[in-house]
Amino acid sequence: MTAYVEHLTPFLRKTPFHPRIEALMHGSHWMRWTGHYSPAAFESVQSEYFTIRNGASVYDVSPLIKYRIRGRQAADYVNHLITRDLSKIKPMHAFYTAWCQDDGMLVEEGTIFRFGENDFLLNSAKDQLHWLEQVAYGFEVEIQEASNELCGLSLQGPQSRDVLRAFGINGIDHLPRFGILELELQGRWLRIDRAGFTGDLGYEIWVKPDDALWLWDRLFEVGRDHKIAPIGAQALETARIEAGFILIDVDYSGALHALRPSNRMSPYELGIGWTVNLNKEGYFVGKRALKREKEQGLSRYVLTGIEIEGRKPAPGSFLYADRKGRRELGLTTSACWSPTLKKNIAFARVPSAYAKPGTEMWIEIWYHKEHKIERSMVRCRAANRMFYDPPRKSA
Amino acid sequence: MQQGYDAIIIGGGHNGLTCAAYLAKGGEKVGKNKLKVLVLERREKVGGAAVSEEKYPGFIYSTCSYVCSLLRPEIFRFLDLPRHGLQVIPYDINSAPNPEGEGIIYYNDHDRTRESLRRHSIRDAEAYDEYAVEISRHCRFIKRMLLMTPPDPTQINPFVQNRINPWGHREDLDGLLRIAREFGQLGERHMYDMIRFWSMSVADFLDQYFETPRWKGLAAASSIIGTALGPYSPGTAYVLLHHYMGEVDGQIGAWGFARGGMGSVSKAIAAAAVEAGVEIRVDAEVDKIIVRNGKAVGVALKSGEEIYGRSIVSNADPKRTYLKLIDKGDLDAIDPDIHRYARNYKIRGSSGKLNIALDGLPEFAGLGKEAAYGTVDIGGDFDYIERAFDDYKYGSWSKRPFLDCVIPTTVDPTMAPPGKHFMSVFVQYVPYQLAEGPWTPEMKGQYEKDVLDTIELHAPGFRKLVLHVQCRTPWDIENEVGMTEGNIFHGELTLDQLLFNRPFPGMGQYRGPFDNFYMCGSGTHPGGGVMGAPGANAATEMLKDFKRGVVQ
Ligand SMILES: Cc1cc2nc3c(=O)[nH]c(=O)nc-3n(C[C@H](O)[C@H](O)[C@H](O)COP(=O)(O)OP(=O)(O)OC[C@H]3O[C@@H](n4cnc5c(N)ncnc54)[C@H](O)[C@@H]3O)c2cc1C
Repeated sequence: MTAYVEHLTPFLRKTPFHPRIEALMHGSHWMRWTGHYSPAAFESVQSEYFTIRNGASVYDVSPLIKYRIRGRQAADYVNHLITRDLSKIKPMHAFYTAWCQDDGMLVEEGTIFRFGENDFLLNSAKDQLHWLEQVAYGFEVEIQEASNELCGLSLQGPQSRDVLRAFGINGIDHLPRFGILELELQGRWLRIDRAGFTGDLGYEIWVKPDDALWLWDRLFEVGRDHKIAPIGAQALETARIEAGFILIDVDYSGALHALRPSNRMSPYELGIGWTVNLNKEGYFVGKRALKREKEQGLSRYVLTGIEIEGRKPAPGSFLYADRKGRRELGLTTSACWSPTLKKNIAFARVPSAYAKPGTEMWIEIWYHKEHKIERSMVRCRAANRMFYDPPRKSA
Repeated sequence: MQQGYDAIIIGGGHNGLTCAAYLAKGGEKVGKNKLKVLVLERREKVGGAAVSEEKYPGFIYSTCSYVCSLLRPEIFRFLDLPRHGLQVIPYDINSAPNPEGEGIIYYNDHDRTRESLRRHSIRDAEAYDEYAVEISRHCRFIKRMLLMTPPDPTQINPFVQNRINPWGHREDLDGLLRIAREFGQLGERHMYDMIRFWSMSVADFLDQYFETPRWKGLAAASSIIGTALGPYSPGTAYVLLHHYMGEVDGQIGAWGFARGGMGSVSKAIAAAAVEAGVEIRVDAEVDKIIVRNGKAVGVALKSGEEIYGRSIVSNADPKRTYLKLIDKGDLDAIDPDIHRYARNYKIRGSSGKLNIALDGLPEFAGLGKEAAYGTVDIGGDFDYIERAFDDYKYGSWSKRPFLDCVIPTTVDPTMAPPGKHFMSVFVQYVPYQLAEGPWTPEMKGQYEKDVLDTIELHAPGFRKLVLHVQCRTPWDIENEVGMTEGNIFHGELTLDQLLFNRPFPGMGQYRGPFDNFYMCGSGTHPGGGVMGAPGANAATEMLKDFKRGVVQ
């Protein structure tokens, strides 16, 4: 009997950069990202990682889900949706924010771009349209899924500015962190913002899909002398942990997609309480609950950074108050060895009392050693989750 | 006259067999105090609505039920069914053809499904995950209640004699507390959602998430199968859940084919039962349950033979059991309400079945070839289904019926010659009796033609592949399998007939009105489907009674 697989049509989407990425893909380390082919690694994760911290790394961010938000009351709407205070964000700026359900549980966090008074683009990792439209009730606003209208490359690393300078981007030297620049180059429209997921100096460059290959080719042409190289998601993963950025489905479940309600988390619990502005004008979704959580200290735990002795990475490991492991405190979500800091780092969900930097805890790590799995109980200490924060990031 | 059985089970449906096997094993994996159990089946073979039959040379049909998901893994394990030959192979695809454009199809692969839904509506594709999470949440909650005797909230006072189950009068309270604890964990919002869900119509439920009419029609399919209600009828949302709460290998909601057809399920359970020492007699129709002094003591067969035992268990549906097998006088001596409950029990037949031998694999309009490898639901939007329901409401079969089709032979190499196929077509809605009167051969022919025409419309060229058709009305199903009115679930799955109210108020815990009398079929909690849970739960309750000396 035949299996139906022979009848299936290929459906994974290729981003406009695909031909260039595929040509460099020697081991076929593809992974999926919102239904697209996306590189996990090209050849050496280690060298890709060091491109981020030493050169100029290129990562295709086209698969991000994007929603255009426009209309007479778009600003009011966005301010109602998110936890941050929009009045502090000027046009042509991007900003990182959380958005919550009304009981204060995080739906997702991500970057919103503000182009004009009432003109926004929201980037997310998960489908949000159903939620965005529910919140839009009563606002004169138009929300449109616009994922395929633009494609983009994230150019990150200490040399990224040099690459853009060589590319001929006027004004790149003056673009502040989170600033947005729109310009024309060789007759093509470009949008550049200074943000990223690496905690380093870096930019994102957006073009129309037709100009994708032009952008790729030009960047690599002018970047060759500035240590430009493509990277995959594995190298990026280490950089984002060093930078302290949380990732949906790894560090938390989005409130809309969590099966068990108790698995949902608030921005405070995720250590991104700084994005919550309880004093901003008017109500926003989740304000009442978040205010109560903050005032009454209702957070169940907080996702803090930890630094662990030894070098064995500790994903999904339990933390204890004592070496014997009698009192369990929580669990790590993300973890890696940091090649730049030479530290063994992780994010851990622990009671707030233990999140104060320097607090000692114990962690139980299971690791492979040849054909065996071994266990060790080692000391760790709470630390600022932003493990790596070079001055060049905002300089 | 024979004697000496610990339990006599009337009916060798898969639930009767499960109950028998559990009893014979004493509820323990290795039975020590084995009970002597007899199963009496009126047909020439066991299985009830889970049978495989060769109705056309070389082709094995799953004549009634056709796909498997609800059969509890605990039962699989306890009875060691794989060793007795049972294998369930999951399938991945669900689709709805469309003669006027692109059909709807969804897959096991989340991204592929999203991509497919996006072609119809970005909004619907984006809402799909949230919808799936809500359904999963309901399933997780109810799954725990499946292999549990439903506690009865009227019987929770621990200080008075419990009428239904005097020997376990804290059990209802404990059971309710257990459920309440689960419920409490849902959190406020989801508690409200759940309460609403149990009584909603599937149309109202789906409208909260989706906009594409055909997609909603497909999503509604599971909520009307076997149910004499339309998508706009309240209570249909629950039926949807009833079809989603199964699992194959821990994958909730997945359905699969039993290798060799659904008869393999019954065959394996029967083999496990026989191995455990159960005696099975076929061609042994029970005529009456013998009741003396308020105690069920034996059965009288159609043949005149009488068999006595310490306990009597009915696998037949509640209506047949209480109105045909039990004397009204015996019931009235206990409580005249019972007869009334039985008369009013909702067990309308609403489904027919066509089993078709095909010369090749059909292709469905607006869908890729892969669609034939999963469920193909021929229908349309809510209105299509509601219109089909309208025909039924007024005493006719649906002229354009809703059809749930599968072709098990795309996966199963044992049911048809190579290259040929068996197609199972479940037809909704078909009445038990027509407005004009009973079914006639002409009417049945017309009904068959309407079904085949509907398929042809959605799978052009289909008719040319047809080698043989077995056509079944609810009346036929009643006469073959013995289900009253051919109702596939032994009674409608609406809230008024679920949990502790299934089948009747005060009899929701597998015990009947007489001492030593029990029910173990789909007319008890958690209801219909090839699930085995009613049979296993009934045995669990009986074993308690045996242990406590309640059964003498
Ligand atoms: C057409 C159809 C399609 C279905 N499709 C599916 C499906 O795809 N998947 C699914 O999970 N479920 C399906 N179902 C439902 C499922 O098959 C039934 O709910 C289930 O098989 C019932 O099992 P049971 O053991 O409770 O009762 P039954 O299977 O009805 O068994 C009762 C047995 O008792 C016997 N009996 C009755 N009266 C007497 C008597 N007086 N003396 C002796 N014996 C007697 C009968 O002959 C029968 O064998 C379908 C049902 C039908 C009819």
